[in-house]
Amino acid sequence: MKKFINQIENVLTESLSGFASAHRDLVTLQLDPTYLTRSQKAQNKVVIISGGGSGHEPLHAGYIGFGMLDAACPGQVFTSPTPDQMLAAAEAVHADKGVLFIVKNYAGDVMNFEMATEMLPFEHATVLTSDDCAVVNSTYTTGRRGVAGTVIVEKCVGSLAETGADLATCKALGDKVNARTSSIGVALTSCTVPAAGRATFDIAETELEMGVGIHGEPGRKREQMRKADAIVHDCVQAIVTDFQSKGLPTNQEALLLINGFGATPLMELYLIYHSAAKLLAGHGICVTRSLVGNYTTALDMAGASITLCLLDDEIKQHWDSPVHTPALRWGR
Amino acid sequence: MKTNFILSASLAIHAAIVAHEADIESLDRAIGDGDHYINMKRGSEVAASLYNELLPLPADEVLNKIGMKLLSTIGGASGPLFASFFMSMAKVSKQNGSDSLLEIAAAFAAGVQAIMQRGKAQIGEKTMLDVLVPVSHQFTLLAAEGKSSTEIAHALKETANQGLESTRNLIATKGRAAGLGERAIGHLDAGAKSCQVMIHTVCDLVIKGANP
Repeated sequence: MKKFINQIENVLTESLSGFASAHRDLVTLQLDPTYLTRSQKAQNKVVIISGGGSGHEPLHAGYIGFGMLDAACPGQVFTSPTPDQMLAAAEAVHADKGVLFIVKNYAGDVMNFEMATEMLPFEHATVLTSDDCAVVNSTYTTGRRGVAGTVIVEKCVGSLAETGADLATCKALGDKVNARTSSIGVALTSCTVPAAGRATFDIAETELEMGVGIHGEPGRKREQMRKADAIVHDCVQAIVTDFQSKGLPTNQEALLLINGFGATPLMELYLIYHSAAKLLAGHGICVTRSLVGNYTTALDMAGASITLCLLDDEIKQHWDSPVHTPALRWGR
Repeated sequence: MKTNFILSASLAIHAAIVAHEADIESLDRAIGDGDHYINMKRGSEVAASLYNELLPLPADEVLNKIGMKLLSTIGGASGPLFASFFMSMAKVSKQNGSDSLLEIAAAFAAGVQAIMQRGKAQIGEKTMLDVLVPVSHQFTLLAAEGKSSTEIAHALKETANQGLESTRNLIATKGRAAGLGERAIGHLDAGAKSCQVMIHTVCDLVIKGANP
């Protein structure tokens, strides 16, 4: 393992401290229990709190700020945060209109947030994101995982909450965006969890993992490496099939997010975008909104995910609205 | 159960988890995401570190405090699951209030039940429950038959082995391996492995003469 590390047990705290210090105009870090909030507390709105294992930066703390999250709870690397973090974060930011948690659908995250909500003294609701269409078989009762589409949910719900909308309305939009969003990921390498010191899986130069999540866990299938267009073709096909199976018409406007897993250059991400947009046009899908970059990473994994969100007027309005966070900023 | 026994078990479990790092980690790398050993180590370490603080307390408070500490320390799926186990075990121990093997078995069963409820999982889903559920059933059965603690300990070690082995040919429907489909077949579950290690450790204490 070759990484910028002082002491393995200090990696997370040192990284969070650097993050908070670099973006001190936007975010404030609390330790023990660990959570981050906006540096200026919002008033009279539903507060949006997310959280999850670390190693996915800029998810979630990078999305704290106007138009997105009010607070985020980072866990250990790839490990859900604990209920005391969520309770402390909610206590710190709640603004009398309830708390909305945005949780990626992983067993650990779901259970920890569930235990927190059982102890929470405020009105609350939860949006579970589950955009990963790689998990197809309905007998897999854990269900689909929440991956990069979570960013789109956080952006849209965050925008709506700024307008003073109530808790139920915010939750409904989050559920809608999630239902209209589908993702699939491909890994060219695994990643190295600092405390483990070695790559989570081994993979040959000639192979790829199709249908990976964001934790360096193996995907659905080990396949042969091939040209980018052929890989993207299979990803787009999986996404289109997913929307069709949900009965969603695909001949409409969409947001295309090409997300890097941490070790894939932007040059390749844009190449993937080029390929995907063309293929989507062939399916009658018109990509009118785009986001390309490292938005939901898996430490140093090489690979990328493709996320498509089918837009309607409401989603478009909340995607386009101003946002000011460390990792996403436009309109102000 | 006795405070002394719980705390000795907690120290022994921490040592056993660390001793089995290689086994647990290789299973998690095969079909998990590589954090299970780290989480088990963090949890068992913090439980062991409470030794002096918990020594003067009654057993049910000891179990409850261990549960609360695990909840705020481990994270992931293991945190809420093991926390629910200890907190439910504490509740039933307090209600029962004696140290008979049958009552310890009842407390253990309540703990396992709490894991099933929290994880919305059952036996046969390639998780820790494939070890814990058969062990709990066997424990209750043997305690009801009036078997001695040593006899029970020997039997439960074997039950734990069988439970672990049963995960090899399962498709995972819960936990991180649930995304893998048929690729999980042929691999033991890492969570089942760490539970087998912990059951063996506690049983070995009893076999060596510790009084539960």
